[in-house]
Amino acid sequence: MNTHRTSLSTRLLSVVAMAFMLFPLLTVIPVSFTSKRFLSMPEGNWSLRHYEALVSNPDWFHAISQSLTIAFATSVIATLLAASFSLGIWYMRSKWATALIGLVLLPMAIPPVISALVLYFMETKLGRFAPGMGYDTLTGVVIAHVIMVVPYGVVTMLVALSQIDRRIELASRNLGASLMQTTFMVILPNLKLGLASTALLGFALSWEEVAVTLFITSVNVDTLPKRIWSGLRDNVDPSVAAISVLLISLTLLVLIGRLVVQHLADKRAQKLQHS
Amino acid sequence: MTTTLTSTLTAPKPRFSSPGLERGLLLFPLPVLLLVFYVLPFLGVVGWSFSLPTPGIEQYQRIATDPAIHEMLWRTLRLCLTVSGLALMIGYLLAYCWVFSPPFWQRVVEICIFIPFWISVLVRAFGWLIALRSNGVLNNGLMGMGLIDQPLQLSRNEIGVVIGMLHVMIPYAVFPLLSTMRQLDQRVLMASRGLGAGALRTFWQVLLPQTLPGILGALIMVFVFCLGFFITPVLLGGGQTVMIAEYVFLQMFQTSNWGLGAALSVVLLALVSALIWVLLKMTRVNRLVG
Repeated sequence: MNTHRTSLSTRLLSVVAMAFMLFPLLTVIPVSFTSKRFLSMPEGNWSLRHYEALVSNPDWFHAISQSLTIAFATSVIATLLAASFSLGIWYMRSKWATALIGLVLLPMAIPPVISALVLYFMETKLGRFAPGMGYDTLTGVVIAHVIMVVPYGVVTMLVALSQIDRRIELASRNLGASLMQTTFMVILPNLKLGLASTALLGFALSWEEVAVTLFITSVNVDTLPKRIWSGLRDNVDPSVAAISVLLISLTLLVLIGRLVVQHLADKRAQKLQHS
Repeated sequence: MTTTLTSTLTAPKPRFSSPGLERGLLLFPLPVLLLVFYVLPFLGVVGWSFSLPTPGIEQYQRIATDPAIHEMLWRTLRLCLTVSGLALMIGYLLAYCWVFSPPFWQRVVEICIFIPFWISVLVRAFGWLIALRSNGVLNNGLMGMGLIDQPLQLSRNEIGVVIGMLHVMIPYAVFPLLSTMRQLDQRVLMASRGLGAGALRTFWQVLLPQTLPGILGALIMVFVFCLGFFITPVLLGGGQTVMIAEYVFLQMFQTSNWGLGAALSVVLLALVSALIWVLLKMTRVNRLVG
């Protein structure tokens, strides 16, 4: 025995903790298959009616398509901003970098309810100058989501950049490439995985964002999380259980997909080392 | 490091281009956007707290004197401390198993933390609502086993809020503890056991002191997250256990007392900033010592 190991009793205790972590995900599943109109266990009468309701009820479809639009736009804009900012920091190497990074990470550090209030203030004012972009508009939600999501993108990009060998930039510049040529032809091709993770993270965070959205929208914008939220606060309809099961499955698929991609990347790295 | 340094020093100046401007174009869009759409509006909210409904410090005086607000603040602190303390204990157990178990167990622990972590807090709160309702899974199970004959009140009260928040916070407690435990020299633990200390003594006198910085870091981080947390407490508290974040929401959209909502946000931010400052100080001290 050359390493410290957990004892059996510790492991048993951890099983209880792990059961606690998985428990609420499992309780949703049977309820989604109930044949009754209210929340209940199926008790032998399994039915898909609440899944059908998701397809046939235009409200759910509308909410899903608005959420997809917002998450897609947020992901693209936040990735562009985060990538450009992080590259700027990476090229700059100055003492101001820490202060700028601190500023950019603020929306991640400040409690979401305060950010929500600040963004509510901003969007009501913005709405006066540009009515299509402020409170209760799709563009307004995208602006707010970009601000909330972009710090996570910056962190992801800075981590990805820290793994790049700085000498490739110097080599490229020495060979006469301009900064933009270096960026697009040398640095960015080496950042594909970082960019993909930033985009995926931005999409996921915007897709499930609800606290800020509740503050800055009323009737015109109805995202999926907002619909689930109101479904849970008023009288709970089992189609919320059906959509929850779908969301859990989607998360599992994405996690498995990420594991597979990572596994393939590791394998390729190993091959490169051997050759 | 040396190669990078020498090659930087000996690199000839790039022949054409004005990198200053190009770098600026890369660097500045995001900070400018945040200044205009986030920092300035924040000052606007601070302005609200001093000007609505009438100019002055009336709202802050109300926060200092109103017993209903004191009760809400006290409840916020009590619940957040309970949740952070519990999340830390359970998180410590899980992080310990993640680092020191055989590979198969490590995988299992990792999966049990990552899957819930990536699932929407709404879905998780819903799962707990189904589990904790008076005719929910837990109560029916306990009554079926004959352990209780009346359903326990588990949701729409503080118990429900603590359970729901705990579930969200445990992963946030695990991650900082993981990195602390991974840096730990395992031979110290083996030496302690080898010299005859029992498992409990090794825990209290070796493991716990060595991981103390990680514990404090995790505690502050989880506590800060709890303070501003909004979704789960509202859903599982059912309006019975209003904490500061929900209180701000109610002031904004139900009683339309924007000045009070803004003033409470400023108070909350001051508290959170103080805690983050302590956290940063601590990590700096750790870096000096380590």
